[in-house]
Amino acid sequence: MASLVSHPDEIRVVTKRFGQGATDLDRYLALDGYQAIQKALAMTPDDIITLVKNSGLRGRGGAGFNTGMKWSFVPKQSAKPKYVLCNGDESEPGTCKDRLIFEHDPHSVIEGVMIAALAVGSHTGYIYIRGEYRYLSVIMQRALKDAYARGFLGKNIFGSGYDLDIYWHGGAGAYEVGEESALMESLEGKRGIPRIRPPFPAVVGLWGGPTVINNAETLASVPPIILGGPDWYANLGTPKNGGTRMFCLSGHLNRPGVYELPMGYNLKKMIYEVGGGIPGGRALKAVVPGGSSTPILLADEIDVAMDFDSLAKAGSMLGSGGVVVLDDTTCMVKFALRTIKFYQHESCGWCIPCREGTDWLKKTLTRFHAGAGMKKDIDNIYYLAENMLGKTFCPLGDAAAMPTMAFVKKFRKEFEDHLDGKPCPFEKAAEPVMV
Amino acid sequence: MFFSDEFEARFADMLTHYPTRRSTLVPTLLYAQDEIGYLSDEVVAELAQRLDLNELEVRNVISYYSMLVTKPRGKYNIQVCTNIACMLKGGEELLDHCKHKLGIGHKETTPDGEFSLEEVECIGACSWAPAIQVNYDFHENLTVQKMDEVLDDYKKKGGEIL
Ligand SMILES: Cc1cc2nc3c(=O)[nH]c(=O)nc-3n(C[C@H](O)[C@H](O)[C@H](O)COP(=O)(O)O)c2cc1C
Ligand code: FES
Repeated sequence: MASLVSHPDEIRVVTKRFGQGATDLDRYLALDGYQAIQKALAMTPDDIITLVKNSGLRGRGGAGFNTGMKWSFVPKQSAKPKYVLCNGDESEPGTCKDRLIFEHDPHSVIEGVMIAALAVGSHTGYIYIRGEYRYLSVIMQRALKDAYARGFLGKNIFGSGYDLDIYWHGGAGAYEVGEESALMESLEGKRGIPRIRPPFPAVVGLWGGPTVINNAETLASVPPIILGGPDWYANLGTPKNGGTRMFCLSGHLNRPGVYELPMGYNLKKMIYEVGGGIPGGRALKAVVPGGSSTPILLADEIDVAMDFDSLAKAGSMLGSGGVVVLDDTTCMVKFALRTIKFYQHESCGWCIPCREGTDWLKKTLTRFHAGAGMKKDIDNIYYLAENMLGKTFCPLGDAAAMPTMAFVKKFRKEFEDHLDGKPCPFEKAAEPVMV
Repeated sequence: MFFSDEFEARFADMLTHYPTRRSTLVPTLLYAQDEIGYLSDEVVAELAQRLDLNELEVRNVISYYSMLVTKPRGKYNIQVCTNIACMLKGGEELLDHCKHKLGIGHKETTPDGEFSLEEVECIGACSWAPAIQVNYDFHENLTVQKMDEVLDDYKKKGGEIL
């Protein structure tokens, strides 16, 4: 459905089967499918974990935690069943990559869940797909059925004596449910309210059992790592940031699309060469580097390597890989308002700082952009955001606070230009770019 | 009761996937809504009974999820994304255009029951913005002109029996 793009700088690891009919099981098998799980079945769980750890694979869901390390936290012995949960709730604004994996290569996600299950000694996995992605749920249900029909799932997989079941699960519209603890609540049939940590899901997760939660792209990266080896994968990226990742380029670009590039790829190059630069000869104003919760970068801050550590050093985050490009017609007050409107809508209301903070921010920014802003609002917006930071059960409050603080810090002048009843200075200039 | 055989087969299958019956609730609500049109009192009562929950527990879950509704809406639910990537590419103009053309606002339904309109958050189509979903179908890289074509196509389809 969604159109594919390509660029010579791409290295196709997770996307290598895209556009090749790999939803069909035979086609997947012909393209090295279910080889990695067979290799993993001949390894010890500790060896699988060490291999993944050494590959430098870090979570593609946003936080960038080392995947092998996460798996190593699961206790070896557990009275309760252990679970693997694939997070396919994909709803961080700017992010549209897991969708492509489910559409083009669903078996790679299944195989990734299988290997994670082996590594932690789990016999049950779930693949949670957001409710809006119904067509992908259909594709996944079909893929699982096909895998069961061949005996790849169920009792005694590949004659190994290991039993493994994997099921699909569907959401019904909620960003917060992408947060790992809310995800488990949702899967248990409840409102997606986050759980306090510790205990972490690796110790107490689904129905109280130890649970590994990974993003769909993270899990789809695992089979190629098992086959290609940790050194090969690690060397594709930068130190401690192994491999490639799918970058979702959107906004004011000539060639938006999802591109798989090595970790550490230069952001400026990504915008101007891969994404084809800004349409209409406009100037670059700013970039959201990793989904709407990541602090914005100014045009002169984009000479940066796109990996977790470099972006942290640059005062932002690599996040979920959603690169949103803004040209000079964009009003930052309006952009801040639209960003906060999302978090206000999605806050589950459980933690008071997030519930109240996002609501007051939306109210203040709405009034401010409409021309009734007061000078003290600017500091107040910053203060409201700052008071959510680190004060909530889950990081949704942080996700709303961090970009807001960056908007005020980096675009204070633009906020001031909206004061004294002046109309938004961009309202007339802003013709929508309809390409 | 009033669900299709396909629904019943899926539901029976799902019950075997989890250690608790309740775990089937969220996807089951959405599939039930797709068949009945909305989560009516009858549907709530039926699912509560099937899953050993009380109705309030089911209603509390329904009110959390943005896709679940307890009132009927149009045959085609036009969901226009105006989140950041779509906003930069004219998502708000698309929404305004739909409001004008259909004569309805956010979460309203046309008198003939054909169309509903909804402003939605990111639907995972940011690289192909601006984007909308009509029920579950994506329409991407839209312009006002293309939006008109999409609406006209559904209007034509609407005359046919679904
Ligand atoms: C509000 C919120 C929403 C999130 N949404 C998603 C999501 O849609 N998909 C995802 O994989 N991770 C999401 N995350 C991150 C998850 O909590 C979790 O860290 C991730 O799924 C772990 O997988 P990884 O280690 O492979 O990245 C979200 C986090 C927060 C705080
Ligand atoms: S912002 Fe509209 S689809 Fe993501």
